[in-house]
Amino acid sequence: MRRTIFAAFSALIGFAGLAQAGSPDPSNWQALTAEAKGQKVYFHAWGGEPRINDYIAWAGRTVKERYGVDLVHVKVTDTAGVVSKILAEKAAGRDDGGSVDLVWINGENFVSLKNAGMLLERPWAIKLPSYAYVDVAGKPTVLTDFTVPVDGLEAPWGMAKLVFFHDMAVLADPPKSMAALLKWARANPGRFTYPQPPDFVGSTFLKQVLFELTPDNALLGKPVDDATFAAATTPLFAYLDELRPLLWRKGRAYPQNYGAMRQLLADSEVDITFAFNPSDASSAIASNELPDTVRSFVFDGGTIGNSHFVAIPFNANAKAGAMVVADFLMSPEAQARKQDPNVWGDPTVLDVAGLPAAERAVFDRLELGIATLPPEKLGRTLLEPHATWLARLEVEWARRYGVNQ
Amino acid sequence: MARVLAPVPNRPGSPLLILLPVLAFALLIGPVVAGLLGAVLPALGFLPTLGGTSLSLAAFEELSTEPGLWWSCWLSLSIGLVTTMISFLIVMVFVAGWQGTRAFGFVERLVSPMLSVPHAAAAFGLAFLIAPSGALMRLVSPHLTGLTRPPDLLIVNDLWGVSMMAGLVIKEIPFLMLVTLAALPQARSRELSRVTAGLGYGRLAGFTHAVMPLLYRQIRLPVLAVLAYATSVVDVAMILGPTTPAPLAVRVLQWQSDPDLHRRFVAAAGAVLQLGVTAFALLIWLTGERVMARLCRIAAPSGHRYVRDRTGRIAGAGAMILSVAIIVAGLVVLAAWSAAGLWRFPDAAPLSFSLANWARALPSLVAPLINALAIAAAASGFAVILALGALEYEARAGKTPTIRALVVLFLPLLVPQIAFLFGLEIVFARLALTGTLAAIVVVHLVFVFPYVLLSLGDPWRSWDRRYGHVTHALGKSDNTVFWRVRLPMLTRPVLTAAAVGFAVSIGLYLPTLLVGAGRWPTITTEAVALAAGADRRLIGVTAFIQAILPFAGFALALAIPAVMFRNRAQMRPQG
Repeated sequence: MRRTIFAAFSALIGFAGLAQAGSPDPSNWQALTAEAKGQKVYFHAWGGEPRINDYIAWAGRTVKERYGVDLVHVKVTDTAGVVSKILAEKAAGRDDGGSVDLVWINGENFVSLKNAGMLLERPWAIKLPSYAYVDVAGKPTVLTDFTVPVDGLEAPWGMAKLVFFHDMAVLADPPKSMAALLKWARANPGRFTYPQPPDFVGSTFLKQVLFELTPDNALLGKPVDDATFAAATTPLFAYLDELRPLLWRKGRAYPQNYGAMRQLLADSEVDITFAFNPSDASSAIASNELPDTVRSFVFDGGTIGNSHFVAIPFNANAKAGAMVVADFLMSPEAQARKQDPNVWGDPTVLDVAGLPAAERAVFDRLELGIATLPPEKLGRTLLEPHATWLARLEVEWARRYGVNQ
Repeated sequence: MARVLAPVPNRPGSPLLILLPVLAFALLIGPVVAGLLGAVLPALGFLPTLGGTSLSLAAFEELSTEPGLWWSCWLSLSIGLVTTMISFLIVMVFVAGWQGTRAFGFVERLVSPMLSVPHAAAAFGLAFLIAPSGALMRLVSPHLTGLTRPPDLLIVNDLWGVSMMAGLVIKEIPFLMLVTLAALPQARSRELSRVTAGLGYGRLAGFTHAVMPLLYRQIRLPVLAVLAYATSVVDVAMILGPTTPAPLAVRVLQWQSDPDLHRRFVAAAGAVLQLGVTAFALLIWLTGERVMARLCRIAAPSGHRYVRDRTGRIAGAGAMILSVAIIVAGLVVLAAWSAAGLWRFPDAAPLSFSLANWARALPSLVAPLINALAIAAAASGFAVILALGALEYEARAGKTPTIRALVVLFLPLLVPQIAFLFGLEIVFARLALTGTLAAIVVVHLVFVFPYVLLSLGDPWRSWDRRYGHVTHALGKSDNTVFWRVRLPMLTRPVLTAAAVGFAVSIGLYLPTLLVGAGRWPTITTEAVALAAGADRRLIGVTAFIQAILPFAGFALALAIPAVMFRNRAQMRPQG
């Protein structure tokens, strides 16, 4: 009952906002926060990792306290589903009062929404106060998302880099390239696996293999077509064909995401895992999931890295509230907490050296954890292929390996 | 005053009262029909919001090119049939072999608690037990197996769905047991068994020849409901089922959330295909029924008495006890994980226990818990009101339920959830109802109401109507009979029915997920969302809470009458 009243109330506010002006102006911070007060922001974000969920819950409590914004985390299993939901709303002519106010996004999902004109049209993110500290020089992936310009349509939230983990007590000298991994797997069958694509970490593994083996890396930066796909992926699928019988369960089952894969390392079912977050193992050690003998490593030739963002759909119901939340998520306070491996351990998008002394000190005090590599040892960052590659890779993977009969 | 001592004549119920059964029937049929239309039309290419305005079979053509589609169908079909067959056999052999014994009474008391454990929690418990790195392997390693690392065996998520069948069987046994227990008196099982025993038949043979024909008629619809459920279940399949490829219902859900909107048509076609697979499974079962009946008719006059059925009886009891033991052991393992510190293979117990997992998990479980309680309370409350209305109408109008009415009652349980929920979501989206509490409660009601009515029907109908005659004789109205006599006397079954409805609602996954649009996370949607990968400790906490909620409902159902009637010795439960 309280909810219906609230829904009616927020719909009213929505209408009031509509009457004033199209969408709120982030450069007028005072007016923005005034408009945001009392709004309910439905934040659609992947909900498969309890640590992240807890962090979002903390952010929700804080914005509620400071700005009176009610943040609701809608836990999704696959962000693609959110894109589909927004598309469906557009198709149904629901141009305002949409069900998604803010979405955690990057890569092909961002590109789909951007190309279809389904994001808030103006470059709002760069006008937010916290954007001033974003490290646009040192972290170019905050400006180009899977080779597509961001154009201020999404606010950077965190950095991701593919990092591998091993248990020192079991495996002292892990393989540091895809070729070495295959060799190791031949000697240790059943001790490696990857999450089943289209899980994003599983798909990232495919991209990493592709990058290391494809004859011409430059092709990957361009939109894919039949000819380039065939030429570029032949070595990838030859590799996967050879790897499959050497995988955990001989490739007849796969972990459904990297959390499940981490559990396999904890259970000694596999010896090498990976995550898209350099401090994942430290966080897991802190919460007793992994033994403290687990360490991180990266490949000699570098690993895939990208940034992740939050974006506001064109038909969001609580645009001002969503902007206030996006700004808070980018703030030094929220970013420092996010980087703490005891909380989440997701690297910041900010230029820590450029922060005011007090804020910088918070970052400097962070213990990254014994299993986390310091930034200078994370190695080269390989850029994501053009966003069009992913869907093709996933379809082809499902055709070749998704059926075990 | 002539009618005072005469039985109340049959007469139509009051005009207002008839609204309740009408509403109940509309509730059962409406969403199913609307949902099926909402799936069939897009499957044929008609979905104007996505630009589909003409009818074609393109979606089915595209569906047929999906890798592994036929294997997915085979999985759904075989898992459904095998699960139903095994559960049915275990229950029948156990009842036949042990009816009237102390062991039977023991199992009888366990049925309701086992039934109230949600499918997802039971599935998690099983997975944590039987995985190569699971509790059983840890108990025997390394001393017996010599293993310090878990063997690379495909047990959970196996390609043929065997572990999924096991997870379903342990949950369907209590359900079939409950409906069988309710039907035994009507089948006059005790009396008939005495006759066959007197004629020298073994327990199993006597039961098969004399009791089964009567009993099966009574439990046929619930058995078919089990079959329909097992062919199309999603949550258990996501936890225990194969993934390369997954059973059909899981894949329909995946197609539905594909970012390429065009795939919605494929998903709709998949939903229709699921309907076909379930219908085919039902057809096979119905054919099997006829064959069995014929075989029994041929065997009956042969005179074989099959006196030596000890092995069969013991197997039946063993299977029954095993299924209960698996659920209980699963819950124990869930509880252990929920409080575990570092717990590596092959340690039989965690290095340390702590409440840190609970402290970590609880804050984010408060909202799902409140949502689950609110939805379950609303759905079971409305369901009880509707059921009371329908039963009271039936009583006042002097009607008895027909088979047709029963089929309607079971309709939402006989149609695969994914098939009509998928379409229902489209219909709700058109009406801008998706994600509203009202929509969720209505959808929960569709599934809760049949169970509530089934649970309440027998005690309500078997109430001694002479109490009503006496009340009428005192010059009171029908309404007074209802409010002052019948309802208070039947407080206990009413509350039990509410608890059954509550438990059903707590366990519902797909309806909450699809109609709630993620805005109403419940303890069950959280638990299944964690299935894919989260830490076992958090799965332990979540699934354990999920499992004990229905218990809380049943405990309340017992406690309330005890408090209400503390000064009314005659109203308290006998024995």
